[in-house]
Amino acid sequence: MSRIVVHGLEKSYGDARVLERVNVTAEAGEFLSLVGASGCGKSTFLRILLGQEQQSSGVVIVGDGPIVPEPTPQRGIVFQRYSVFPHLTAIQNLLLVEDFRSGGPFGRVFGARRRNARQEAEAMLARVGLAHARDLYPASLSGGMLQRLAIAQTLLGRPQILLLDEPFGALDPGIRVEMHDLLTELWTEHGMTVVMVTHDIGEAFKLGTRVLVFDKVRHDPQFPSAYGATITYDLKLDRKTRASSHHLAKVAAMVGTTRPETAMATTAS
Amino acid sequence: MLAKEMSARDEVSETGGEGTARPSPPRPKVRLRMINAKVSRGSALFFGGLPFLFVAIAYLAASAQRLAVNPSDKLLPSPVQMWSAFLDLATVPDKRSGDLILWVDTYASLIRLFAGVGVATFAALSLGIAIGFIPRVRAFLLPFVTVVCVIPPLALLPILFIALGLGETAKITLIAVGVAPVMVRDIANRVRELPPELVAKAQTLGGNSWTMVLRLVLPQVMPRLITCVRLALGPAWLFLIAAEAIASTEGLGYRIFLVRRYLSMDVILPYVAWITLLAVITDWLLVRLSRAVSPWAHPVEAR
Repeated sequence: MSRIVVHGLEKSYGDARVLERVNVTAEAGEFLSLVGASGCGKSTFLRILLGQEQQSSGVVIVGDGPIVPEPTPQRGIVFQRYSVFPHLTAIQNLLLVEDFRSGGPFGRVFGARRRNARQEAEAMLARVGLAHARDLYPASLSGGMLQRLAIAQTLLGRPQILLLDEPFGALDPGIRVEMHDLLTELWTEHGMTVVMVTHDIGEAFKLGTRVLVFDKVRHDPQFPSAYGATITYDLKLDRKTRASSHHLAKVAAMVGTTRPETAMATTAS
Repeated sequence: MLAKEMSARDEVSETGGEGTARPSPPRPKVRLRMINAKVSRGSALFFGGLPFLFVAIAYLAASAQRLAVNPSDKLLPSPVQMWSAFLDLATVPDKRSGDLILWVDTYASLIRLFAGVGVATFAALSLGIAIGFIPRVRAFLLPFVTVVCVIPPLALLPILFIALGLGETAKITLIAVGVAPVMVRDIANRVRELPPELVAKAQTLGGNSWTMVLRLVLPQVMPRLITCVRLALGPAWLFLIAAEAIASTEGLGYRIFLVRRYLSMDVILPYVAWITLLAVITDWLLVRLSRAVSPWAHPVEAR
């Protein structure tokens, strides 16, 4: 629904440079998987897209204009942790979306609008399979249920771009496969642009239409933080290349974390 | 369809697999580490009661001993003497004013206490959230609050009495000024400790600064605020009694300091016990309030 253009992006914290010369253009409706070694700045890149942090230099264009330097409803986010509001039950978490959207002096909608919001929330809750957990607080939901709730909440905000920061990193493998299916279905239904950071290369290949690898290309042995990471590999996937072991092995070698066989198994699941 | 499958799976995992109850094998007798040895409910009650019992017995023994030597001893009155003095204050109208002294004192003190703590709570909530949530307000007010925090409130008491007169205003102000700064700082810190993920998420859902205060910060901070009030009540009683001791015509603190001149331990001791009882009840009510207002923050009770 909305394209992302990043040109010459650079991010430093004091002397330490995290990202440099990042250029990428994503068309509307693409599903970008960002992979890379720990601490390579892919989460920083996501936070810049979110608006939680600002780039040191470079241009980020989201949709029609330069990115607004604060989080807005245009870009939805699902974090790995703290992804729902612990003081609200599952259904209240979803109702909150309409309350926030209305922006009234009470931070709450009333009457017909509330009834509509409730219907929509109930439907969404059922859609992600949480109808039975309607009145439970997040503290008594499992990790998978929490992430389903978080995704449902974010989608109710109708973002043009969905940002995912290792959303399934803390889940069991079985639950993870369920979440993959759910996410793919929702992405197909809603057609938004998705940017997902993940450690799991198999997941990146399975879900994404495009895999971006973040890595450092320049090293200064005297001052390791002198140079930042950039996008070293940009692979567009289609049905044929999706399960290609050749590409998978290549990316796995670049990232150097996951064994290609396990990644292959995840992709096939 | 997928959703159905997933929910079914969750239900199975929640109810747990094994339905057959097997008799549990006898627990091996092991000497556990001190930190792991559990205390049963009964023994917790017993051990919890021991210190009270010990103090009561020590008092009774000492009192009986002194009274045996000198029946008109005033320092350690017997429980009977204390009870009759207390009952007099609670039920017999004062000869001069016609008031029931205990209730007049209690009413006057509690009004002052709750007014002072109420003002402080309101300040903590409004200033604390503003300082914690809005960088501009923080830059403006945090240094000032931090400095005010270290002023000993009792040193302000003469100033308050001079500036505001000897009436209720000065006493209530002392309590509010005494407890508010610490509460403001505590709430501000708690707001700043909110996970940035939650604040970011609220913004992506369209929250503006005000609606986020209402729907995110306020409910998140509520349990902490109640804890804050519970902790502040201790100092609040201290300031109340100090203010009443110096300038007042009724109140629990006033009475204690008044009868001190006559060595009336038979009034002072029941009054101290009465104040303790009031404090315990207030604390208990606040715990209940916290559970009612923020059930999510007390997950064990909620289940």
